[in-house]
Amino acid sequence: MIEARALTKTFGLKLVLKGVHLDVAPGEFVALLGPNGAGKTTLLRILATLARPTLGQVKIAGFSLPQAASAARQKLGVVSHQPLLYSDLSAEENLRFYARMYGLGQYEARLTAVLDQVGLAARRRDLVRTFSRGMQQRLAIARALLHEPEVMLFDEPYTGLDHAAANMLDQVLRDVAARGRTVLMTTHDLARGFALANRVLILARGVIAHSARTSEMGLNGFLQTYERVVNERG
Amino acid sequence: MSAVNAYARTVAAVLWKDLTAEIRSKELLSAMLVFSLLVVLIFNFALELDKAARENVMAGVLWVTAVFSGTLGLNRSLALEKDRGSLDGLLLAPVDRSAIYFGKVLGNWLFMLTVQVIVLPVFSILFNRPILNPMLIVILLLGTAGYAVIGTLLASMAIHTRAREVMLPILLLPVTVPVLVAAVRASSAALINADWEDIAPWFNLLLSYDVIFIGVAYMVFDYVVEE
Repeated sequence: MIEARALTKTFGLKLVLKGVHLDVAPGEFVALLGPNGAGKTTLLRILATLARPTLGQVKIAGFSLPQAASAARQKLGVVSHQPLLYSDLSAEENLRFYARMYGLGQYEARLTAVLDQVGLAARRRDLVRTFSRGMQQRLAIARALLHEPEVMLFDEPYTGLDHAAANMLDQVLRDVAARGRTVLMTTHDLARGFALANRVLILARGVIAHSARTSEMGLNGFLQTYERVVNERG
Repeated sequence: MSAVNAYARTVAAVLWKDLTAEIRSKELLSAMLVFSLLVVLIFNFALELDKAARENVMAGVLWVTAVFSGTLGLNRSLALEKDRGSLDGLLLAPVDRSAIYFGKVLGNWLFMLTVQVIVLPVFSILFNRPILNPMLIVILLLGTAGYAVIGTLLASMAIHTRAREVMLPILLLPVTVPVLVAAVRASSAALINADWEDIAPWFNLLLSYDVIFIGVAYMVFDYVVEE
């Protein structure tokens, strides 16, 4: 569902991604972990068609980037640490705006369904600026789910959330994964990423240095591997 | 749904979003309006002018006001998208990205025109000159359109820089010199009810520049916003 081959990205003279190879199968939940500056956000932005790779090929749901970027975006739902919402619009106005942008016809029932899914139906007419950080993040997920994407990209979705909001986000993410969507998530929360994903990848210094199935190892073993891999890569 | 309908729907959605958010917050319009009124007042009291001198500087004052307040609005309009991350939200939509650009241009143009509608009567009173002149109104529409077309494109570039508030006027003013010269000259002629032959060369330059920049922006916007 997600394929990246020899993906390289430079900003000026700085080499951020160094020939990344990535495959995510349909229905898989993959957590992309790594220290600050490893290139996680850059990789996700390329997959989300927000950035162009310097070299390499990317396919999302069978569509090659950048040639078929618009078709790929129809299959993509993206949630980042910023909510990508308009604070002077209400929750339902934000969703209505994005429904129009995604060309959805008869979208009112879909709006209600996604608001129910993230537990915000009662606040649908409230302005987003009155929402807590956790509620904004849940609405951001509703926005990303609106067009029923096959592939979901989450970039540090837990940033700024308190314990209760993070637990609620866990439940929403499990729900998203349970519906068969392909998910790629970056996070600094190693335990949470390990608990949610089927597979974990460690990105260090612009390369995927380790890949492991979560069913084949325990959290402690993974944490030791993570320390070792990150330290080896400096 | 045809491609043209889909394109128009995207432009309309972005415009609706900008207008609805602005009607709620009044963030852009209030700043642009206060700034414009202050500029007109300052020019009025700073320049001690006789009737002939007043006629010579009127169009210049009018366009300086429009340009400065327009720059303020353009900067804020794109900075709000960038700071709240919503620009990424727009760029993630499966649409021709130039439609997003034209939606933003229409919004910025309408904000500039709204300010002009309020400022022009004040300008008319202070400078003692009737401004209900159809030719002047057409020139204002074309001049502000050209400024919004170029300004929205350059503001999309400037918001990615650290000194974006300074960067936009530095980039924008030199590029819009042909629009501004044509607009000031055409407005000057229109304000003294000159013949069409005197207005036509500047009017045509203004119109040509608008058309050329709409074409350029349509072609390059995707490259401007993608990292």
